[in-house]
Amino acid sequence: MNIKHSPHPLLRPFLTLGPLLLVLTLLLAACSQAPKPKWRLTDIQGHMPDLKFQLTNDDGKAVTAADYKGKITLLYFGYTHCPDVCPLTMTRMHVLMQRLGKLADDTQFLFVSVDPARDTPKVLHQYVTAFDKHAVGLTGSRDAIRALAKRYRAAFDRGKEKDHGGYDVNHSSAIYIFDAQGHARLLATPTSSTGDMVHDLHLLIQMEKNGS
Amino acid sequence: MKTLLSLVLASTLAVTASAVAAAPQAHSNVSVSHAWIRVLPGALPGGGYATVHNHGEQAVQLVGADSPAYGHIMLHKSTTEGGVSRMAAVKAITVPAHGQVAFAPGGYHLMMMQAKTPVKPGQSVPVTLHFASGATLKVPFKARPANAIDDTH
Repeated sequence: MNIKHSPHPLLRPFLTLGPLLLVLTLLLAACSQAPKPKWRLTDIQGHMPDLKFQLTNDDGKAVTAADYKGKITLLYFGYTHCPDVCPLTMTRMHVLMQRLGKLADDTQFLFVSVDPARDTPKVLHQYVTAFDKHAVGLTGSRDAIRALAKRYRAAFDRGKEKDHGGYDVNHSSAIYIFDAQGHARLLATPTSSTGDMVHDLHLLIQMEKNGS
Repeated sequence: MKTLLSLVLASTLAVTASAVAAAPQAHSNVSVSHAWIRVLPGALPGGGYATVHNHGEQAVQLVGADSPAYGHIMLHKSTTEGGVSRMAAVKAITVPAHGQVAFAPGGYHLMMMQAKTPVKPGQSVPVTLHFASGATLKVPFKARPANAIDDTH
């Protein structure tokens, strides 16, 4: 009778687990060296200043960046008389919030008007609430808005008066993402896929919860 | 009296005749699909979107649009280059022979301005497209909410 040498039945699970334990140990070692998170958007940590502004929200209240601490903040410059690109970005943000599900409650979207002459708090309120409940409209003095735009190197300029009245505003298309402490973390564009944004926001929210 | 009657008759005929002459010819080689309007709150201008198909042997040029529901409609194109979004008026958009041009968010769109009465999502809004040849095409556009997702692609 040929008896194969085999470990005691009680030891077998440990032997099977052996390689797995090794992998886990290696992973833990790797984690302790804090590898860079695998962002899909552009990492701007340390390259852009913390969120700072003095503006008026869509309820007509004077607000500063401190009022928006505690949640992940997405910041976008636009204007309500922009019939195409701004609503497209706002709709993408709405889809993003839907995809985030419960985590959307840890996230807010600030729509900063680059057209304060026409974008009163009332107009902004109607506008942002038509898209998503996590969206906040901000307006203010031209100088306050210009200072915020300059802080994030976001250009905007008013176009020529049109024949039938009104004018367009050329504006930066970037979406700036800040962590709950107001530190600049990521940069997205209107063409960034919703999947990439969902991925990175999950990662950022997870990191916040782990305290990193 | 007779003179007055004939004068009235003549002017009525003249009006009818000019109306007939002015009635533009509907474009037989062009069709439109997925026509919709993103309705924004209040008096804000909305974006009109559609895909224009040219079934003919010759390229056609779309040069304008109007609607009884809006005071003014402009042909526009959005571009985003070097991180800056811009919008520009467009004089004409060529739809190649046996080709199509999509008016879609982030590109070509109709800027629907000065709604005469508030347009409500779900409503069908008649829009007449004008071509360089003088031909026109009346198309129903479906009014959709501000956060509607483009489903043309």
